[in-house]
Amino acid sequence: MMKRLSKLVLIITSLLLFLSLSACGSKPLSEQNVLENAKADKTITWGVKADTKLIGLIDVKDGQEKGFEIDLAKAITQQMLGKKAKAKFVTVTSQSRIPLLKNGNIDAIIATMTITPERKETIDFSKSYFDAGQSILVKKGSSVKNVQDLNGKTIIGVVGSNSVQNVKKFAPKAQVLQLPDYAQALTALKSGQGDALTTDNVILAGMAVNNPGYELTGKPFTTEPYGIGINKGQKEFQTAINQALDELIKNGTYNKLIKKWFGDVPGFDYKGVLRND
Amino acid sequence: MIKLLTDNWSAFLSGFGWTILSSILALFFSLVIGSLVAILEVLPNKFARIVGNVYVEIFRNIPLLVITMFFYLVIPLYVVKINGFTAGTIGLTIYTSAFIAETVRAGINSVDIGQMEAARSQGMTFWQAMRYIVLPQAFKLVIPPLGNQFVNLVKNSSVLAFVAGFDLMYQANAVASQTFDTVNTYLVVGIFYLVITLPISYYMQYLERKLA
Amino acid sequence: MQNWVNAYSWINIRFLLQGLEVTILISVIAVVLSFIFGSILGIIRYSKIKYISKIVGIIIDVIRNLPLLLIIFFVYFGLPAFGFKPDTIPAAILAMTVFESMMIAEIIRSGILAVDIGQMEAARAVGMNFMQAMWHVVLPQAYKKMIPAMVSQFISLIKDTSLATIIVVPELMQHGQVVYGQNPNYIIPVFVMMALMYFVVCYALSLLSRYIDHKMA
Repeated sequence: MMKRLSKLVLIITSLLLFLSLSACGSKPLSEQNVLENAKADKTITWGVKADTKLIGLIDVKDGQEKGFEIDLAKAITQQMLGKKAKAKFVTVTSQSRIPLLKNGNIDAIIATMTITPERKETIDFSKSYFDAGQSILVKKGSSVKNVQDLNGKTIIGVVGSNSVQNVKKFAPKAQVLQLPDYAQALTALKSGQGDALTTDNVILAGMAVNNPGYELTGKPFTTEPYGIGINKGQKEFQTAINQALDELIKNGTYNKLIKKWFGDVPGFDYKGVLRND
Repeated sequence: MIKLLTDNWSAFLSGFGWTILSSILALFFSLVIGSLVAILEVLPNKFARIVGNVYVEIFRNIPLLVITMFFYLVIPLYVVKINGFTAGTIGLTIYTSAFIAETVRAGINSVDIGQMEAARSQGMTFWQAMRYIVLPQAFKLVIPPLGNQFVNLVKNSSVLAFVAGFDLMYQANAVASQTFDTVNTYLVVGIFYLVITLPISYYMQYLERKLA
Repeated sequence: MQNWVNAYSWINIRFLLQGLEVTILISVIAVVLSFIFGSILGIIRYSKIKYISKIVGIIIDVIRNLPLLLIIFFVYFGLPAFGFKPDTIPAAILAMTVFESMMIAEIIRSGILAVDIGQMEAARAVGMNFMQAMWHVVLPQAYKKMIPAMVSQFISLIKDTSLATIIVVPELMQHGQVVYGQNPNYIIPVFVMMALMYFVVCYALSLLSRYIDHKMA
């Protein structure tokens, strides 16, 4: 306790010092080369999810994030910078991920983020590393069978995810509630705050694993290619990530990770997302 | 920033409305509950005093967010279905009522005890003396602190954003994550909050000075 | 059915305690920092230095009247524009410090005002300058008068750290959400435990404040 306290005091003082220094010293983000910085300190800082089972979830036992995206981020980091390189993780929510990337708190986002034209105006993306599709989760025996049934009903989503905007196109008469993160959204669904929870099928499948009373219903009604988000003006970093991703798909690591995390998830066909080339 | 404001005018305005509505409802109900609890705390009956004290200590020492989330997530499971706005407003009411009870109790105690006795000796019952002699004086004393509680209420109502309560902060989060213009969005809602809170808090400072 | 036994497994309780530890660390550091900054700001506002006191007064009033949640967002999402990129815990500490400093500045100012103005004048008359009079005569009395208000502000601060869960600070509320997110049958036990942890810390503080107050009276 005391040790951590003194450590924190140290962090604070150094941060305050840093604040006063950096006000005059630091280069704007657009002039920095993220790839060179990463090579120099052998570290990439990733923004990841901590509330999404199978994808990125904090483990109560040791406080570490675990999931497909966590493993993939580690693999990409090592592919790019060598076996000794370190992937550092910062927990983000759908709401905080883009501001944190733009501010430079993180180097890249790997957090179930769909490549969309609107987001492309603000940030750049890698190639897609996963093909999800938006779907809905309901209580077993619910009258809701597909997205059209949601007209006039209440749907739960998450702030900052594009699912909340998508679902309005398919069920324009539905009311949408936006909660801060997926853990809260799922709990709210179970408390009857909405008739369905909508987001990508892979996230919903992870939720259904722990909650046998709930199931995915209907076919996915959108395609959601996930991309790694990076800042504009970082072409070299983008190219390096794409190359690493290609390598991991070629040498089979990618498929191994898919099988590891989605191999036996009921309601989710992992064979559909395997990559071969 | 102007464009941000005009593009999302309806979102901000409806958020503003829900924030004010929630604050006013919570103020009204917490005044009622807070006064009742304060009276419990000054009753001659020991059991009543304990009940009042326990109520105040519990809800003063637990975060508003915990109370609100409890009403949003747990109460619908077992008791009754309530939406985010209602859960948030109930949370605000309970939390604030504990503070108001303390304020009103201090007000009652500061009214000279001789007045109560004088009223009783004139043949008034305890409740009559409370209602006509003590409470009116106590309330006058506690108006500035109550005004400050209302300012706190408006600020605390941002907790509704956690439970999809449609308030200003909820709308701000939605707008910020659609426009990606985070800082400006929060600057705009900051001004909305100040429009309510600053005048009240200056007026209360003025009242305090006048009463002093 | 709610599963109280499994919900209170050591692994879960330990995770909640780790959250509580972060809550307390954030609160303690923030309260120390805001006591220092708050005192300085309060004295500046009281001292009526031309323009400066006015400007400080406006800053105090504006920040005091904003929701803390907004301050957290500004610090976490806004500050990096100025080249300062705090992690979540320092961001939470900074946000708390900014907000609480303004609250404490007001408490200090009214504490100073409550000390008889004659004392300041008397101290000045025996040859002390403004700072000496402040430091040796006015402040010691003012601080004594302010102890209850300070402690209740500290309690508010502890409770308010729960709001930092919005930026995923690993404090008690956030850890609670992770634990009840694991299993639908943990939700009531976890809420009870979280409430209990907050209550014990805050109530102990308020008892301590009453004890000190009693001793000094």
